[in-house]
Amino acid sequence: MSVSWFRGKDRCALASIGRICAVYIAFFSSSLGHAADNRLVLTGSSTVAPLAAEIGKRFEEQNPSIRVDVQSGGSSRGVADARSGLADLGMASRAPNADETDLQFFTIARDGVGIIVNTNNSVRSLTDEQIVAIYTGKIADWSKAGGAAGRITVVNKAEGRSTLELFLHYFKLKGGDVKAHVIIGENQQAIKTVAGNPGAIGYVSIGSAEYEAGHGAHIRLLPMSGVAASVENVRSGSFPLSRPLNLVSKGAPGAVARRFIDFARSRSVHDIVESQFFVPVAP
Amino acid sequence: MTLSNRSSSSRSRRDTRLVAAVATAALGSSAIFVLIVGFLLKESWPALSTIGPARFLFDPAWRPTEGLFGLAPMLSASLAASVGAVILATPLGVASAIFCRHYAPPPIGWIHRWSMALLSGVPSVVIGLWGLTAIVPLIGRFEPPGASLLAGILILTVMITPTIALMSGAALDSLPDAYGRGAVALGLSREATLAHVLLPAARGGVAAGILLAAARALGETMAIVMVSGNVVQAPLSLFDPVRMLTANIALEMAYATGSHRASLFVSGLMLTALVIALAAAAWRLSGDHCHG
Repeated sequence: MSVSWFRGKDRCALASIGRICAVYIAFFSSSLGHAADNRLVLTGSSTVAPLAAEIGKRFEEQNPSIRVDVQSGGSSRGVADARSGLADLGMASRAPNADETDLQFFTIARDGVGIIVNTNNSVRSLTDEQIVAIYTGKIADWSKAGGAAGRITVVNKAEGRSTLELFLHYFKLKGGDVKAHVIIGENQQAIKTVAGNPGAIGYVSIGSAEYEAGHGAHIRLLPMSGVAASVENVRSGSFPLSRPLNLVSKGAPGAVARRFIDFARSRSVHDIVESQFFVPVAP
Repeated sequence: MTLSNRSSSSRSRRDTRLVAAVATAALGSSAIFVLIVGFLLKESWPALSTIGPARFLFDPAWRPTEGLFGLAPMLSASLAASVGAVILATPLGVASAIFCRHYAPPPIGWIHRWSMALLSGVPSVVIGLWGLTAIVPLIGRFEPPGASLLAGILILTVMITPTIALMSGAALDSLPDAYGRGAVALGLSREATLAHVLLPAARGGVAAGILLAAARALGETMAIVMVSGNVVQAPLSLFDPVRMLTANIALEMAYATGSHRASLFVSGLMLTALVIALAAAAWRLSGDHCHG
């Protein structure tokens, strides 16, 4: 009795070890397989990623043999992965830097960065100087910026985020100048932080902010230099704080990547671009 | 006896095979740990050798792109949050274990035990989201910005209380019945039995639970990124926004290159050392030296 029990256990242990090995082998071969022709890997900007994922789904429907794999992690990762070949295409929510001549940028849409405050805040607009003063800690109370008395909570982005780069570049600030009270990573976290704090001010993609504000989040977008922060004004190019959303490839893209880029810039994805409150670039 | 004698040779052969298989699996899993530590050392070596360990502790600020690598504010924030959470979670967890085993009517005790087990399995990102939308605004109403050391401590308390409750409960369960019966025979009250017989006897398991919980608190990342504000500064007040070591790695690793990246691995190494020290202490206290 005990012998057969033991034999059963023995076989069982070996079989389960075999199964574990099989799973590992499957896992590693699949992760090595991304260079294969039928798989397209995109990594990078957390702003571009949801857009690329939706475009990718439609691309897969039309090309059933191709799988599009989208991973977010910031524009810098997108550029680095495109350069190192870890990704077939990088995603970057900014224009190319001067030292990125080895890469090709393909604009698939435009995005605007808007200043947001809580809906309970009586302030309706801020000048660029006031925004700089708030972010550098020279104005610490809303009463000094035309609002009701209340401490200002400055929400800033973590180092390396392209929204931060765009914001600092536009206001001619250096990273160390900003006196932040809360530092966040993703747009959603900034929206939730500002929505939950009547004294908070932050900046996020206008697309995400307009969408969330329209769906009941307690945030309000402020105009910049008299131009309302709206998707429409980013489309027309009149909104000052805006940026291109790019796909990045090292040298000429491969055949599948080329088809994906053409597809992402074509009219057949305008509804996807617009549904995410970005602005299409194709005529 | 006769049965095992008759088949001893085949059994020992199978035994050998099983031992080999089990040993391979065990060595494989421990090798992964050694490889991780080796990887951390390798990746942080450029920073440790060129910048030097002392500067990570004594530099006045964390501005890696400008050559300042002070990790001390973040180390103190990590320690402050973990110690705070352990101070809050220990009485809660131990009390919950005692309530479950000795005071609650069986159905309520059963429900409570299950809810603790389920709470310990709630993903940290879910708890973090709850903290960001419920706890942070609540604190912010009294002391803006709300995202603060206190919010971090409260969220960590929610996450580690189940660990302490479940470990303490298991320690109380494993005590011999004779202890309780002996105490009753001596005429001790239920309170005296708990305070002077059962809890002292279970203290090894309770302490191990506390240390494991502290290790989890130190290593927690996602929820902490969402609620604690992430400003690099030493925690001087409960309402200060602070950045913990884990949050620093999560926020910056995706963008870091060169010595910035290597110095993030140094903070990873520092965290691993702290967690290993806690785990070793828990292992010694629990007294049970092979829990797998």
